Amino acid sequence: MLELYILLVFMIIGAIIAVEVKDLLSSVVTVGAVGLALSMAFLVLKAPDVAITQLVVEILCLIILIRATIKKDLPFAATGRWFLNTVITVGFIFVFLMVCAKCLKDLPAFGYPLMRVAGTYIKEGLMQTGATNLVAAVILDYRAYDTLGEATVLFTAVMAVLAVVRVKGRKDPNEEEAGDE
Amino acid sequence: MSKEREQGMSLIVKTITRLTVGLILLYGIYIVSHGHVSPGGGFAGGVIIALSFVHLMLAYGKDVALRKLPKAAASFFEGMGAMLFLGIALLGFTGGYFFLNFISKGEPFRLFSAGIIPLCNVAISLKVGSGLFAIFVALVLLKVGSENKDI
Repeated sequence: MLELYILLVFMIIGAIIAVEVKDLLSSVVTVGAVGLALSMAFLVLKAPDVAITQLVVEILCLIILIRATIKKDLPFAATGRWFLNTVITVGFIFVFLMVCAKCLKDLPAFGYPLMRVAGTYIKEGLMQTGATNLVAAVILDYRAYDTLGEATVLFTAVMAVLAVVRVKGRKDPNEEEAGDE
Repeated sequence: MSKEREQGMSLIVKTITRLTVGLILLYGIYIVSHGHVSPGGGFAGGVIIALSFVHLMLAYGKDVALRKLPKAAASFFEGMGAMLFLGIALLGFTGGYFFLNFISKGEPFRLFSAGIIPLCNVAISLKVGSGLFAIFVALVLLKVGSENKDI
C-alpha cells in the first residue's frame, strides 16, 4: 500500500502545479504526468485492462490539447477579488465535506452484501464462454447489449463533431477540404 | 521525398517516425487479436491503431496521412464496424436469441477459442479507431483554416 500513497501524493502535487503555472503548454504536460501516475495506480491495484485504456486515451487527449494550445497562449487571468473567491471556495468545500461525512455513515461495510451474480461470473465464466480474459467475457458475452448501446453513443458523437466543423469550414472559401462531401 | 520536405517537422523527427510507425500499428493489431486471452481488447487496440495515423500526420503534415487513409475510407470503416457488430448479434437468432455464442468454444488459452468474442473485438476496434481519427482530422482542419484567416 505504500506505493499507492506515494502515487497519490505525486498526483495531488502535479494537479496543484498544473493549476498554478503561468505557461499553458507546461500546464498541459503536467496534466499528462498526472494521467501516467493514475495508470500506474491502476496497475498496482491489479487492473491491467483499465490501466492500458487509461494510458492510451491519456496520450490521445494530450496530443489534441497540445495541438490546440501551441499557437494561442491565453492571457493570465486578472486577480481582482481573490479574498471573496477564496472565502466562497472554502465555505463550499466545508459544506461538501459535511454532506459526505453524513452520507458515508449510512453505507454498508465494504464487500457486503455479497453479490451472487458476480460470484457466478467468476466461477463459471471460463466454462460458459471459453474466454480466458474475464473482462472480455463480461463485456462481449454477458453484457453485449450494453456494448452495442455504447458503440451507438460514439457514432452519434462523431456525427455531431463532423456536422459542427463542416458548417465552420463552409464560411472559409480558402479551405475547400473541410466542406467537401 | 523532396516534395514533402517543405511541410511537417524536422528531418530527425521524420526519420524516427518512418522507423517506428509500423511497430505501433503492429502492436495495436496484436492487442486487438489477443483481447480474449490477455489484457487489452477492442477499445484500447482501436485507439492505438488510430494513434499510429495521428503520429504520421503530426510528423509529415496532413497531405501524406490523408493519402494513406482518406476521410471517405475512415467513414466507410466506421459504418462497417457498426454493421458488423449488429450482424454478429442478429446471427444469434439462428439458435434462438440475441447475441448467442453460436461458434464452438474450443479449449482455453488458444487464439481461436472463445466463439464470437474475437469477431466482436475486431468490429469494435474498427469502429473506435476510425471514429477517433475522424474527430482528430476535423479538429486539425479547423485549426488550419482559422490560422490561414489570421495571416
